[in-house]
Amino acid sequence: MKGLRVAAMAFLALVVLACVLAPWVAPDSYAKQFRDIPDAAPTSQHWLGTDDLGRDRFTRLLYGTRVSLLLAPAAALLSSLLAVLIGGTAGFVGGVLQSCVMAAADLFLSLPWLFLLITVRAFLPLDVSPEVSVAITFALLGCLGWAAAARVICADARTLCNSDMVLLARASGCGGWRLLWRHIVPNLRPVLLAQFWISIPVYILTEANLGILGLGVAEPLPSWGGMLRELEGFSLFSAQPWLFAPLALLVFTVSSFHLVLHNKEGWA
Amino acid sequence: MRLRGSLTAVLLAVALAGRLAGAQHGSELRFCMGADPKTFDPLQVADDASETIRYLTGGVLVRLNRETQQLQPELATAWQVADGGRSITFTVRQNVRFSDGTPFTAEDVAYTMRRLMDPALHSPTGDSFRASNGAVTARVTNAHQVTILFPKAIVGLDKLFDQVAIESAHSPRKEMAVLGPYDLAEDKVGSYLLLKRNPYYWKHDSAGHALPYIDSIRIDIEPNRDIEVLRLLRGDIDFINSLNAEYYDKLASRSAKMAYDAGVSLDSEQLWFNQVASAPLPEYKKAWFASTNFRRAISESIDRAALARVVYHGHARPAVSWISPVNKFWFDAKLQPHPLDRKDALHRLAQEGFYQSNGALYDHGGHAVEFSVITNAGNTARERMAAMIQQDLAGIGIRLHVVTLDFPSLIERITRSYNYEACLLGLVNDDLDPNAQMNVWLSSAENHQWNPSEKTPATAWEAEIDRLMRMQASTLDARKRKQAIDRVQEIVWQQEPFIYLVNKDALAAVSPLLHNVHVVALRPQVYWNIEWLWMSGQGTRGR
Amino acid sequence: MRRLGRHAARALLVIIVGGFLGATLVRLAPGFGVDEEELDSRLSAQSVAALRQAQPGSGSLADFYLHSLERLAHGDLGVSTTLHRPVRQLLAERLPETLKTVALGLVLAWAAGLTLALTAALWQSGPVDLAASLAASVLLCIPAAVLALLFVMVQAPGRLAVGLIVFPKVFHYARSLLARSAALPHVLTARAKGAGGCRVLLWHVLPVAAPQLLALGGVSVSLAFAAAIPVEVLCDLPGIGQLAWKAALGRDLALLVDLTMLVTAVTLVANSAADLAARPVGEGER
Repeated sequence: MKGLRVAAMAFLALVVLACVLAPWVAPDSYAKQFRDIPDAAPTSQHWLGTDDLGRDRFTRLLYGTRVSLLLAPAAALLSSLLAVLIGGTAGFVGGVLQSCVMAAADLFLSLPWLFLLITVRAFLPLDVSPEVSVAITFALLGCLGWAAAARVICADARTLCNSDMVLLARASGCGGWRLLWRHIVPNLRPVLLAQFWISIPVYILTEANLGILGLGVAEPLPSWGGMLRELEGFSLFSAQPWLFAPLALLVFTVSSFHLVLHNKEGWA
Repeated sequence: MRLRGSLTAVLLAVALAGRLAGAQHGSELRFCMGADPKTFDPLQVADDASETIRYLTGGVLVRLNRETQQLQPELATAWQVADGGRSITFTVRQNVRFSDGTPFTAEDVAYTMRRLMDPALHSPTGDSFRASNGAVTARVTNAHQVTILFPKAIVGLDKLFDQVAIESAHSPRKEMAVLGPYDLAEDKVGSYLLLKRNPYYWKHDSAGHALPYIDSIRIDIEPNRDIEVLRLLRGDIDFINSLNAEYYDKLASRSAKMAYDAGVSLDSEQLWFNQVASAPLPEYKKAWFASTNFRRAISESIDRAALARVVYHGHARPAVSWISPVNKFWFDAKLQPHPLDRKDALHRLAQEGFYQSNGALYDHGGHAVEFSVITNAGNTARERMAAMIQQDLAGIGIRLHVVTLDFPSLIERITRSYNYEACLLGLVNDDLDPNAQMNVWLSSAENHQWNPSEKTPATAWEAEIDRLMRMQASTLDARKRKQAIDRVQEIVWQQEPFIYLVNKDALAAVSPLLHNVHVVALRPQVYWNIEWLWMSGQGTRGR
Repeated sequence: MRRLGRHAARALLVIIVGGFLGATLVRLAPGFGVDEEELDSRLSAQSVAALRQAQPGSGSLADFYLHSLERLAHGDLGVSTTLHRPVRQLLAERLPETLKTVALGLVLAWAAGLTLALTAALWQSGPVDLAASLAASVLLCIPAAVLALLFVMVQAPGRLAVGLIVFPKVFHYARSLLARSAALPHVLTARAKGAGGCRVLLWHVLPVAAPQLLALGGVSVSLAFAAAIPVEVLCDLPGIGQLAWKAALGRDLALLVDLTMLVTAVTLVANSAADLAARPVGEGER
């Protein structure tokens, strides 16, 4: 396991380094179209071939990694923090507040947020830059993705409030927000981490699907989600394994993060 | 071993029985539609799915042969256009019955026309006949002859009846009693429709066999194109009527016999700039979009050949005008697509005071030239074209923002709020006669996309187009009409209110089990001669 | 009984509020009240005007919603403008399909997720934990559309795809909760006293994690419903997910409001049931 963890760290370091050095590592601009060779197989000039507009896939993967690797974890962090703030507080206080907050969470889970996203797009200027558009997209996802985790966190916080550890802390004179912050929130970490790991790929994939509303990454900026959307078509059964490179990279990156940061103290 | 052998024998016997049973029960044609039909009333058809049902079930007086592009008699054995296009007299076929046995007479034609021209119906088919306000009357001379009178002359009057499915005036089934080759037998919303042969269909082949040859048609509702292609490859369905270039190539590589390219279609893809005076845009941008030199420069900066080659895999050609080259009579063959000429583009822009600095283009006021183009999300070809145009314009220093929107949001912007700068959309054209585009070219019309519903023409050239379109609509003289339409095409080519990009090819895929197929450019490309298609070698099918 | 009554009253209020908020979102979103038929160049100006006039929602939203509630009280759910059929009929036809899809998906997700999480907790085996985590990560990273397409390709029941979409979430949460519970002091004591793996798991680990797992169970119902939408659309399963997608594209207000209320009701029922079930367990902890 230790060896695996080291390998994961090395892989992540390589990915981060490649992203940071993308302008120097990438053979071409991610927008440049080699129109004579669309959908080309890998060659020495184009390591992962070209896409349907003749753009170098490897370059787009590098730049797409930058976008997704920066923004998806940020959005996941935002939704996790909102979940712990809202769910944790509701579970800690209990009573009417807990009922109201959980009702609001249930409502949040049921509403058609698609239309809020469409409305947000309507208010944004049409010439908003791709970078701003994608940042807003992930921020929205972060703000909307807290409800499911908040419910679990609320139940968890409620259980913790009833635990001996907290009873002891109360008996020692600890109360209020200190009790919440010092004794309950740290014990919510396992659920928070689970929420965090789940959210990253979910947000990356959701960002791709939000392209249908004009949100998400605009041309020519690449993203993992946008590249993964290519798999949704007939390409899936066209026997071109290099198309799966973004999927493989996403899987390995998420798994590597999980391996590196996963806390084994749970198994006593 | 003995048990396994017995089991195998049983299975084989079951399979054989299945095959024989399938052969005895007759043939069934299967294909897919993207959505449920919105209506079964043939007079209110406005969407593709409803049009499909209308084509398969509706009986029409005359039919435009999609292959020869000539009109041929159907329920009418003869017709006569008179009074300079103000009236048309039909002699209808005798001894014909609706699908429920109700006799068909000229009175049904009169009933259908009265219903179609009811102002409260607001039917697109009916509006095609509405050259002016005023009542349309239908006079039944006898059981087999009817004359329809219009307040004003209508050009191409007889061809318009290709879209009018005759309804029964007396049948208790109302519009569900049909005269076409098939009748709707089952409708499972969201799942499939089943059409069965009309037992009273009047047409027979030369040997006296009743048509259609195929007993039934099952139309599955399948919004996903990938699954539709998969099902065709598996043999679950028998054709795909309208295929995109990417799927065409992949299918052709697997089975060349299945893929058909019928040549260039009537459809086009175009880009236009928002020229609405009241649009919520900065004044300097409005000035750009209103400038002919600006639009021509954009047009000359776009590599149309590359769009056709890369996005459509060569199954498209650079477009010239709003009329496709397949429309041989009306297309102005003198015109050529604007060539890619960045030098001339920059020259035109310089004439308007634009200049380049550090690779970016600026107007005379110092504003960097950048604007957005909206297109409908989910249409991969348009998204790719927009990305290519973005690169083309970057070559002359223009920054283009590509924004894909869901279709209702896009329509809202181009028809209500006018909150957009440029739009990339396609024209789906089913009519050969350019008069059908009247509501696009008249400056006062709603569909005058770049500047709808003008109170007075905003420019001299739009006024000229108005005059020419009205003139061609008021005469039956084909030569004069052709001259007027040619002149309109020239003006549009010069002024570029629409920057025409490509005309796409009509692509289809057909199973080798389906015979007598002649795929054509006009819709419906595959089953336009549905009565004459026949199937062979149908075994048990999946799904 | 009183608690049940309170839950029911709260649920009803939330459903009504949810319906109104859903209606507001749809009504205010751009593209409402437009019809692509307006782009038909054959239509005259009068016909285009009539088409626009006929679009729903030209009146006030509050009026619309009050009338909807009034109709609802009489069992009338309105008529779908996209499919031109009574919403009640559409839901009656399609809800059973979605319930089957969601139920099957949940059974699969929980069976796989909980089993793997419990196995990892029971054996405390690094390789098992790693393999399960990797499998969950892979499934999380595959777009739902790709999964659904794969199922269509191999002609497997599309419903199972819902299970594969929900499984990683169930696994990750369950694994974290069980791992944390397994690290508690009383579990250590039980092991030290010689209690076997199964006994420790069933008597000491699971009861502690039960309230959270029950909450997760309630939440997983919403997750399964959300996953059902792309699966039903792509695998052509005639459920309410397919209906919801068509309604969203067509801005079908009546249908969307009814669907929102339905989904809210299902979510509330699931989560309330989880809350009620968790309460005795939670109280037992003190």
